[in-house]
Amino acid sequence: MATTYFTEDHEWVRVEGDIATVGITDHAQDQLGDLVFVQLPDIGTSLSKGDAAVVVESVKAASDVYAPLDGEVTEVNEATASDPALVNSAATSDGWLWKMKLSNTEQLAGLLDEAGYKAIIG
Amino acid sequence: MGNEEEQLKSLPLDDLHKAAGARFGGFAGWSMPITYPLGVMKEHLHARESAGLFDISHMQLFDVSGPDAARLLSRACPLDAEALQSGQSKYTFFLKEQAGILDDLIVTRLGVEHFMVVANAGNAAADEAHLRGVAIDFDCKIDALDRVFLAIQGPQAADVLRKAGITGTELAFMHGFEPKPGWFMSRSGYTGEDGFEIGLPALDARELVNKLFEDERVAWIGLAARDSLRLEAGLCLHGHDITPEFDPVDAGLIWAIGKPVREKAEFIGATALLAKLASGSSRKRVGLKPDGRQPVRSDTILIDADGRHVGLVTSGGFGPSAGHPVAMGYVDKDILAASTPIFAEVRGNRIPVHIHPLPFTPHRYHKG
Repeated sequence: MATTYFTEDHEWVRVEGDIATVGITDHAQDQLGDLVFVQLPDIGTSLSKGDAAVVVESVKAASDVYAPLDGEVTEVNEATASDPALVNSAATSDGWLWKMKLSNTEQLAGLLDEAGYKAIIG
Repeated sequence: MGNEEEQLKSLPLDDLHKAAGARFGGFAGWSMPITYPLGVMKEHLHARESAGLFDISHMQLFDVSGPDAARLLSRACPLDAEALQSGQSKYTFFLKEQAGILDDLIVTRLGVEHFMVVANAGNAAADEAHLRGVAIDFDCKIDALDRVFLAIQGPQAADVLRKAGITGTELAFMHGFEPKPGWFMSRSGYTGEDGFEIGLPALDARELVNKLFEDERVAWIGLAARDSLRLEAGLCLHGHDITPEFDPVDAGLIWAIGKPVREKAEFIGATALLAKLASGSSRKRVGLKPDGRQPVRSDTILIDADGRHVGLVTSGGFGPSAGHPVAMGYVDKDILAASTPIFAEVRGNRIPVHIHPLPFTPHRYHKG
């Protein structure tokens, strides 16, 4: 049973057990505009909450995507690197960015639920 | 941020852009439409394939008239204004005494004693002060015009205007005229495509925009795509690719200054420019193609394999028509001569960068 959380930095986090899948929200991709480059982390990278894990670049600018939780990268979505537009067209599904094994699931309590996130973006 | 935003000027057609769903951002003191719902990628491709409409009212039109108008412009710009035919436009500059580029401009001769000067938004106030300062010695009148300025660009632009009943579609590239009182129209642009720029009063502009949108081929194009279009076309953006720190020799824009103009040497900056021509520049403005997909942006330092600084990126991003990252910048001439491999360091990635001919996408001007 997966639970989806959100961050104030416009990421979604789908958690199953101690594995989290991370992507950017539809609102975020809409704000960024057409993406042309996605730089994914190496598998095995150890991330602390708040670390810049991924860089997404639109035609105009580069933006960091931050690790929402502590953990280690277990998988990356290479499809987004070869076709960055996938993040625009399917931000919350096929456009996921990376998976990580969480080292501290207690941090989940600090994330937002969908209603909380929707309240932020208005 | 809040204060800055409050101080931004709104375009006269601001409400039309809001109604079209534009996203706005600040540029040169103006609140400008950056993208529309189509998105920068599709907007860019639309201008290359069909007819893109740009609101460039942030740019400044100066009407220069009077017995000395031509002499004033031949002094203020490295330009033989007397030799321009009526209706002819010319790309030129305001230069410092040291030949640095204060602004790049398009000057169009409209009559024996009448010219139109189109200047960049960010330099409009400084340009006006500069031109008025030079004009003290000349018998002429300078009017900073209050106009909406629209550009329609793309292979369908001429046909769209023709179908909308606009006269002037027979103009050749880099020619302009006044189709009716208060209007100025030229066949020119900033995309590398065929197209027109039309300055006109706001009420006329609303009528024209409404008429143009009756044609399905027309779409609004924002400032983001304007930038990627001009970068692919290899056209300079003042403040980035050319600045008062660069002269036309550095920038490879000496083609815009005819030999007779250089020989007469009557323009401001002539002495320094001629000296620079004789000594040559140690750097050159070039097109740059980074390997891979990662864009290399403005202000990125270029290095050789040993990490020595050999150049600077002045504009960079992704080229939707080119299908790869595109950039422009300055590279040391000895590096170019030796074909030394160069790199851009972007967030720890060392990206090989290749010198690429400009433009990245061929110009498709209507030479007539």
